[in-house]
Amino acid sequence: MSFMELVDRFETFDFNEYFQSVTRADIQRSLNRDHLEPYDLLNLLSEPAQGFLEEMAQKARKLTLQYFGRTIGLYAPMYISDYCSNHCTYCGFNTTMDFTRTKLSLEQIECEAKVIADTGIRHILVLTGEAPAKTPISYFENTIGILKNYFSSIALEVFPMDEEKYRILKKAGADSLTVYQEVYDKKIYSQVHPKGRKADYQYRLLTPERGAKAGFRGINIGTLFGLGEPRTEAFVSGLHAKYLEREFPDVEVSLSLPRMTKAQGGIKPKHILTDTRFVQFMLAWRLYMPRLGISISTRESADFRDKLIHLGATRYSAGSQTDVGGYALKANDATVQFEVTDTRSVEEVSDMIRQSGYQPVFKDWEIF
Amino acid sequence: MTDIKNDRLILGDVEFTSRLFTGTGKFASKKFIAPMLEASGSQMITIALRRVDPTADKENILNYIPDSITLLPNTSGARTAREAVRIARIARQAGCGKFIKIEVITDMQYLLPDNHETLKATGILAKEGFVVLPYIMPDITVTKQLYDAGAAAVMPLGSPIGTSRGLEMKPVIKMIIETSKIPVVVDAGIGRPSQAAETMEMGADAVLVNTAIATSQNPALTGRAFALAVEAGRIAYLSNMTGKKLYAHASSPLTGFLRE
Repeated sequence: MSFMELVDRFETFDFNEYFQSVTRADIQRSLNRDHLEPYDLLNLLSEPAQGFLEEMAQKARKLTLQYFGRTIGLYAPMYISDYCSNHCTYCGFNTTMDFTRTKLSLEQIECEAKVIADTGIRHILVLTGEAPAKTPISYFENTIGILKNYFSSIALEVFPMDEEKYRILKKAGADSLTVYQEVYDKKIYSQVHPKGRKADYQYRLLTPERGAKAGFRGINIGTLFGLGEPRTEAFVSGLHAKYLEREFPDVEVSLSLPRMTKAQGGIKPKHILTDTRFVQFMLAWRLYMPRLGISISTRESADFRDKLIHLGATRYSAGSQTDVGGYALKANDATVQFEVTDTRSVEEVSDMIRQSGYQPVFKDWEIF
Repeated sequence: MTDIKNDRLILGDVEFTSRLFTGTGKFASKKFIAPMLEASGSQMITIALRRVDPTADKENILNYIPDSITLLPNTSGARTAREAVRIARIARQAGCGKFIKIEVITDMQYLLPDNHETLKATGILAKEGFVVLPYIMPDITVTKQLYDAGAAAVMPLGSPIGTSRGLEMKPVIKMIIETSKIPVVVDAGIGRPSQAAETMEMGADAVLVNTAIATSQNPALTGRAFALAVEAGRIAYLSNMTGKKLYAHASSPLTGFLRE
């Protein structure tokens, strides 16, 4: 069974009606359980569960300490190309956006790698837009070949590919894959991805499965909060993560919570995810999946990120630049995919982690 | 009478007076490791090779472990025997010594070890001269096979890693202790000193405790508590205390009339 079948099963489920029916007693029962079922996740994502946030936080913190210890993994993103043929209505890299596109040469990639590695970062996340003609598989293979000399873990956040292509990239040295569904609600998905390769909902939905089958050891997924109804999106994301954990027990599954905070690419987010809900969702996921990795990017503010350390987060990006060549080439006119809110350096973020009573972990994998 | 003073655990050709093994993961700061080792008297510490970075001075975990401590690099992250073997070889090249804890895990939900792959890796690495300590799901047959494959000790889990649930596998571990020809080091799930004492009292040769020490508010003090518990359990075992009986022991024996 693929995750598509699970999504289809929930097609007729009235989320709104369920969320409205949740009582305080239901939430308390879910909180008391050791092993949570999908309806427990729904209960914890409901509106009245916001009255239990402290209790959820205490339990989530305990579980996170138990499984991850007092540690926070660090990584940095590296954008290597912003060519994109997609029409995502909410994205700054959208093909209709008029700006000078950039693709780094291998020499430029090496320059970027040096600067990032000098900060102590050993886990790198490579990002591109979706333009297979501009960034073919050989480009990624060569990029990975260079990055292996500087980093101990290479993750990819590039366009969805077939399993065979992922196998090639895994063999080249990449070990993890990040792919966001953007929005699990099929109707909204079609509206915000009107044409292009990304218009195929199912192909994107099954990408994490293809990556896991190809042998990636880490899969990071998520929804872009702002597009669909947040509680439903948080539920299906959690279900997706759980599905991957069950189907591919040797894969480390993690979730992220990217959220739109203001108009991007000309469209205003339909649903703003508040800080309270952000925290509630994180906590609910943690209680539902004690071993789940939770990544927090620099989209979030420094103040907010400082607090999330105690609430179940396991990985932080730091010193991030979200434009192509942003580390070494300093192209001031480059377009960023999203604005970095936490602009602190790797050292500053590490210091904050230490001051919070946690250990920043720079290296947690070995390419061999 | 048992000579408690000269009680030693020998693994490879190294003698250990402390039967508490510790770990390096999950600490709030690597700076807590050395004081914990001092307070607990632990002489063997496990370290995930995936976290060793010889190129980083400040962040290189090896710089935080005193030279007198025996390193037990582990193959955390390995999903197959092949990966475990490669990690072990890298660890030896990185100067981590000849000990290796084989950890092959293909189940990220509960972090339970894959005995089959672990056995394969043990055979290969023992032949290459490693002192191999395989981390296993408690199993008597596998313990025998690991002995045949050249393991120096066997490390059955008490309960899943990090759960602090204690000796959930007690009955099987007891059988392993009774039948194993190599030392038994109970690893994982020991969350309280009392559980460590219970394990040692049963006759385990050592215990490995990480999460409970590393995530405590005061790792040095917690380490000391575990050390005392391990020692107490060991002495109790050596003193051959009267064990529990499976049946009641009548104060007026039923067979007392047989005076022939």
